[in-house]
Amino acid sequence: MSVLVYAESDQGIIKKIAQELISYGRALADQLGTTLYVAVMADVGTQNLAQYGAQQIVHIEHEALQSFSADAFAQAIAQSAKSVAAEVVLVSSSANSRYLAPMLAVGLDAAYVPNCTQLPLSTSPFQVTHSVYTNKAEATTEMTSAVKLIGLAKNAFGVSHFEGTAQTTSLTPDLNPSKCHVSATDRATDKVMIADAEIVVSAGRGLKGPENWHLIEDLAEVLGAATACSKPVSDLGWRPHSEHVGQTGKPVASNLYIAIGISGAIQHLAGINSSKVKVVINTDPEAPFFKAADYGIVGDAFDVVPELIEKLKQFKTLNA
Amino acid sequence: MKILVCISHVPDTTSKINFTDNNTKFDQNGVQYVINPNDEFGLTRALWFKEQQGASVHVITVGDAQCEPTLRKALAIGADEAIRVAVPATDGLVVAKALAQIVSEDDYDLIIAGRESLDYNGGMVPGMLAQLTGFAFVNTCIKLDIDHGKALAVREIDGGKETIEVALPLVIGGQKGLVEESDLRIPNMRGIMQARSKPLHVKELTPVATTATTLSYEKPAPKEAVTLVSGVDELIDLLHKEAKVL
Repeated sequence: MSVLVYAESDQGIIKKIAQELISYGRALADQLGTTLYVAVMADVGTQNLAQYGAQQIVHIEHEALQSFSADAFAQAIAQSAKSVAAEVVLVSSSANSRYLAPMLAVGLDAAYVPNCTQLPLSTSPFQVTHSVYTNKAEATTEMTSAVKLIGLAKNAFGVSHFEGTAQTTSLTPDLNPSKCHVSATDRATDKVMIADAEIVVSAGRGLKGPENWHLIEDLAEVLGAATACSKPVSDLGWRPHSEHVGQTGKPVASNLYIAIGISGAIQHLAGINSSKVKVVINTDPEAPFFKAADYGIVGDAFDVVPELIEKLKQFKTLNA
Repeated sequence: MKILVCISHVPDTTSKINFTDNNTKFDQNGVQYVINPNDEFGLTRALWFKEQQGASVHVITVGDAQCEPTLRKALAIGADEAIRVAVPATDGLVVAKALAQIVSEDDYDLIIAGRESLDYNGGMVPGMLAQLTGFAFVNTCIKLDIDHGKALAVREIDGGKETIEVALPLVIGGQKGLVEESDLRIPNMRGIMQARSKPLHVKELTPVATTATTLSYEKPAPKEAVTLVSGVDELIDLLHKEAKVL
């Protein structure tokens, strides 16, 4: 019996969500009194994963795994889990992990519960808490399958630090060829991604038009933040759909979410309410967002945002 | 081409979420049910294939008779036949296995489901169904074209998108982008009348045992009131010293 984490990497570098997942996996392995195995793709090399809590590392080596392919990765992770007799398998909430996890669950004949927000309430019986109804409620679910697959919600646990080293073993999985062929990838490399961002700056119709978005981009640049928008803004075509956050758009679970000129419709709030600290800037003190925010300024974005950018630049200089 | 669209019957996005029976059941009181929005984008794309390229469109849901009005709505906007699998939708794997059994009895080329449902947010049924049936799978799909048994799909990835070439049969986990919000259809009177005479098959199956049982629900504690600040200096100070996010 053991716990296995699939630690995602991007061009050979372990992602931050994977560091968090390893720390979560270690805490769970300790709770179960067992060993934490961390499965990584071979290009991760010899990075020190023990510092996040890894005790054993499984290097997955196969030429078909050099770039992401959900069905091939799911097969490889399933074989890693079987090779170490994992009772619990852990994945993150990234787009790629959400893609492969259901296939992995079938491969392991495992119950799968995503969006888990903390360590299991108990391990015998095995009960986990996870968010449902787009973060409007939490459910407690009992998992009774022999192998259990858990997806950890974004920004829910934090990274812990450990001493020691981990031993590495290699595994070459036996793979059926992927059914999907990726013919083109289009990724903005100079922008902070909403999924990974510690800070998200988001704006709504209060900005009056796409020509004013330089304010949002400048603010995001000072903060090292990702930019996002409300649904009406993406429906109007002011900003791309990929920036739409909310119930039918992207979920946000950042440390800081700054909403500018967004009234705070229930569908918007549902998508962003797992962010830790929420700031609202709006001219209308009755805007529903004020009920959901931690800090608020009643004021015009065209006055407040330029001042905020200047003051933040000064703050950054002083605290650099 | 034969298309199956998986429909989830979910509370409308503006619904108040409450629980009854000692927090063990969702409170349906006053709740309006709709076609899950991610599924509706997929259904609308399926109807586009039907009208532009020739296809038959079946819709399916797993659940009790309460789901039938949602299936009738799908028929009213243009689906040809509906199937309700009379199995309690206890968890994602149970639903996927029930759907896989129905799929194995027919010859579908394309299955479109939503990326996730708005109630349980599991996002697992499409991928599980693909794995169980041996169909290919593309998740978070924002564009789909089909030509002579081959699909060209665009998938949203963290920070961008990728284009995937894949042969049918295929399962799609769809979302906005498959069609635009403005392409969604509202049933008209003629459609509603026609839907009454379209077939709605009820299939009885022996469900597999559930391995994930939800015991209870809890709503988050009410939030503390917002701290209104008078100016930018105070905001930066609070974010730095109190919230510790700067």
